[in-house]
Amino acid sequence: MSEAILKVDGLKTSFFTDDGEVPAVDGINFSVNEGEILGIVGESGCGKSVTSLSIMGLLPSPPGKIVGGHIYYKGEDISHAKESRMRKLRGNDIAMIFQEPMTSLNPVFTIGDQLIEAIRLHNHLSKQALTDRAVELLKLVGLPRAKELLNEYPHELSGGMRQRVMIAMAMSCNPKVLIADEPTTALDVTIQAQILDLMVKLNKETNTAIIMITHDLGVVAQMCNRVVVMYAGKVVEEGDVKDIFNHPKHPYTEGLIQSIPDLYGKKDKLYTIKGSVPKPGSIRQGCLFAPRCEFVMDKCKENTPELLGDSHKSRCFLHQEQA
Amino acid sequence: MSEPLLQVENLKKYYPIKSGGFGKVSETVRAVDGVSFSVQEGETLGIVGESGCGKSTTGRMIMRLIEPTEGKIVFNGKNLMDLSKGEMRKARKDIQMIFQDPFASLNPRHTVGHIIEEPMIVHKMGDRKQRQKRVEELLELVGLSAYHAGRYPHQFSGGQRQRIGIARALAVRPKVIIADEPVSALDVSVQSQVLNLLKDLQKQFNLTYIFIAHDLSVVRHISDRVGVMYLGKIVELSESENLYNHPNHPYTKALLSAVPVPDPEVKTQRIILQGDVPSPAHPPAGCTFHDRCPVAMDICSKERPHLKKLDDGRMVSCHLFH
Amino acid sequence: MLYYSVKRLLMLIPVLLGMTLIVFGIIHAIPGNPALTILGTKATPEAIHSLNKSLGLDNPWYVQYFSYLKDILSGNLGTSIQTNSPISSEIWPHLAATIELSFVAMIIAVFVGINAGIISAWKQNSFLDYTAMILALIGVSMPVFWLGLLEQWGFSIKLQWLPSIGRDDIRNSVNPITNLYLIDTLLQGRFDQFWMVIRHLILPAIALATIPTAIIARMTRSSMLEVLKSDYIRTAKAKGQRMIWIVYKYALKNAFIPILTVIGLQTGLLLGGAILTETIFGWPGVGLYIYNAIQYRDYPVIQSGILVIAFIFVMVNFIVDLLYGLFDPRIKYR
Repeated sequence: MSEAILKVDGLKTSFFTDDGEVPAVDGINFSVNEGEILGIVGESGCGKSVTSLSIMGLLPSPPGKIVGGHIYYKGEDISHAKESRMRKLRGNDIAMIFQEPMTSLNPVFTIGDQLIEAIRLHNHLSKQALTDRAVELLKLVGLPRAKELLNEYPHELSGGMRQRVMIAMAMSCNPKVLIADEPTTALDVTIQAQILDLMVKLNKETNTAIIMITHDLGVVAQMCNRVVVMYAGKVVEEGDVKDIFNHPKHPYTEGLIQSIPDLYGKKDKLYTIKGSVPKPGSIRQGCLFAPRCEFVMDKCKENTPELLGDSHKSRCFLHQEQA
Repeated sequence: MSEPLLQVENLKKYYPIKSGGFGKVSETVRAVDGVSFSVQEGETLGIVGESGCGKSTTGRMIMRLIEPTEGKIVFNGKNLMDLSKGEMRKARKDIQMIFQDPFASLNPRHTVGHIIEEPMIVHKMGDRKQRQKRVEELLELVGLSAYHAGRYPHQFSGGQRQRIGIARALAVRPKVIIADEPVSALDVSVQSQVLNLLKDLQKQFNLTYIFIAHDLSVVRHISDRVGVMYLGKIVELSESENLYNHPNHPYTKALLSAVPVPDPEVKTQRIILQGDVPSPAHPPAGCTFHDRCPVAMDICSKERPHLKKLDDGRMVSCHLFH
Repeated sequence: MLYYSVKRLLMLIPVLLGMTLIVFGIIHAIPGNPALTILGTKATPEAIHSLNKSLGLDNPWYVQYFSYLKDILSGNLGTSIQTNSPISSEIWPHLAATIELSFVAMIIAVFVGINAGIISAWKQNSFLDYTAMILALIGVSMPVFWLGLLEQWGFSIKLQWLPSIGRDDIRNSVNPITNLYLIDTLLQGRFDQFWMVIRHLILPAIALATIPTAIIARMTRSSMLEVLKSDYIRTAKAKGQRMIWIVYKYALKNAFIPILTVIGLQTGLLLGGAILTETIFGWPGVGLYIYNAIQYRDYPVIQSGILVIAFIFVMVNFIVDLLYGLFDPRIKYR
């Protein structure tokens, strides 16, 4: 197994609101190896986006704050790094693309302005070299008419093209880690296929590790090597993608997989997980999934299970009993 | 086969785009360009397609929330297009709609009870007491509780709000429900709850659904028949089993292959379509899909194919099958 | 763009026509007879009748209106009753004085207002933000005449730093060329006078700038807050860009359209609404010109003064309309 390039260790991120401290991410651990694609999957409010913003040092602060744990990039703890240090890392070592390609580009500057800026921030190149690199990047992400595109504005591009521009921008400085926060959720399925294809291709060619944050288990199954499943601010399961889908250990993971309608066969009734995700901080004792769990036991309500296991970890007493 | 409950014929919606200050029509956006289908009582017709294909416009035109440019909508033997505004309002009692955004489609200042009661007031159903009783019944029916009637929409989660939307649609005992992306704003675990609810309600009240969505798996799960739309037209329409297992139209094939399957063992052979959907203001000549079609022939750029019934009852609009 | 500009200019014609009609109507709605005003109360009915006839006042209103319109188009704004000289030549020095004052005031307002707004938005809910916004609230609420008097009392009378009245010193008056003194003194190489003109400008310009500064600051703040929350600002941060660049380059250009609208409206208001400031500081601008004309019931002057101000107001907003496209490429001029 290759070296972990990014390691999140006991990260706790909270939002401080009028109602007090709301824990959005509550002590999560995971690591990303060089060149791998790691999926972080979970439903809205599970803390997956907050995790990515915490890594990037882009939490809206106030009210967001990292209150505990560490984030190691190549062994360096960046969880409380100075802004000037983070600026050097952002875009250069760790890049990010976002969900909404429609609003993630600045509408009043040209594609060229925005792309060249991303390159120039971390490289000292001549004007000509910058333009050449920008054109090269646009070609890399499969955009036609690269030269003309430099002088166009975001509103002249389709959603898929804008997401390609975002990817070009993120890849501009050959980052070691690319965090993709729901990069295809706003796109149509045929365009999504194009973008996912592109990301896998770039991952293979440049060996950039990708953290794929998504709610779509299909995307995870098709793209990722390893998966982290999050629920209510905690990691509930982690493992190899095949293990997770074929032998899910946590009832939540299993429920999620079961509740997706099948494209190639008809189920009469869909599996459902009863109830809905608890409000952050509303459950103080026991397993956070206990109120919705089919297999709930007495001790689930009293004790909080740990994330245990070797390569396939889960946070559930059910499997820890058997082990 | 019995008479269809709802029949749509050659439905069109053109939007003129004016340029210059003098109201000259410079181009026409063909949002929906000649859509025809029929729905039997108690069945679910799914309509899938990517954004901008005209599926939502089609749904709204059936209720004449958007006035069609052309076409016929025959419901229960009556052409809805012949009705006056007032008559149409009454006719909407039988056709109700559920919307995508459960956050935006409920008035935040009204209690849930009032929201559900309102369509009954509009259609003058029962007295106050009867209506209130029905509100309570409806809430229980969609899996909420009677005491929720006094609360406001913001006190509910997304899934619960969609249940409220469903209760509101059911309040006037409609025959047809047009559901426009009803679960696309919901999380997976909640989505399955709402889909199951819709299926249960259909069985219980013999409802007819027109289910519009972009998610192919969801549409397959709920629909008996499925129509695939591309650039304002239906390119393929057939039994959902058939359509999903043996797609005919190259666009349907590409669309299906693009869906990421939640199983790492299944590696689908993806057909990656090049480029984007063309603008409905400038659809390509001939078959509107020919410029992206992996198997386009010469004729495709010249002649427009028509939706044609194949021997096994499937309908395809493609020169490969003509 | 050219097509749009021409079209917008053509569309101004009905606006300007409407304007003349309103000005014409107001003056005619005012009770009283101009002939009577000119000849005095002791005039004989015959004299009034013949003057009415020679002034064309016995014609139906639309005939009067068209001859009035014809006069305006040929650059004839009428004759002042008070001085008996043509208004078109009399009004320019006043207009120049107002333009100079408004221009300086607007520069202050734009510079201070935009920066205060940006800092407030950037450091939202900080001490700086609260201070700036309280000052802005005071700025909007403070009557101009009160602020003007305070300035005069403090800086002219107590501290004796700055002059309180007029555009120049009486014993060292500027020799007018364009009547824009800042330009005139430079053209003549009189740097001492240039400095004197600036010293005269400071107090009235600050008084005049207060309200626009506050309004621009508040608009900038709210517009910037909106923009700073947007996804593309997050994208810029994710690239590793510095915050100061993000704020001044990225965000400001996006936030500028509503600010520009306010600047346009305020400039228009300054040009017309400087009457109070001009009166307090004895500034010989259009405001003071009209103010004096009102006291003497010099109707032609009032009429022309209002017309000129309205005209400038319309033109300023026309220019603002054209400027929108510079800041937002999504605005297409058709």
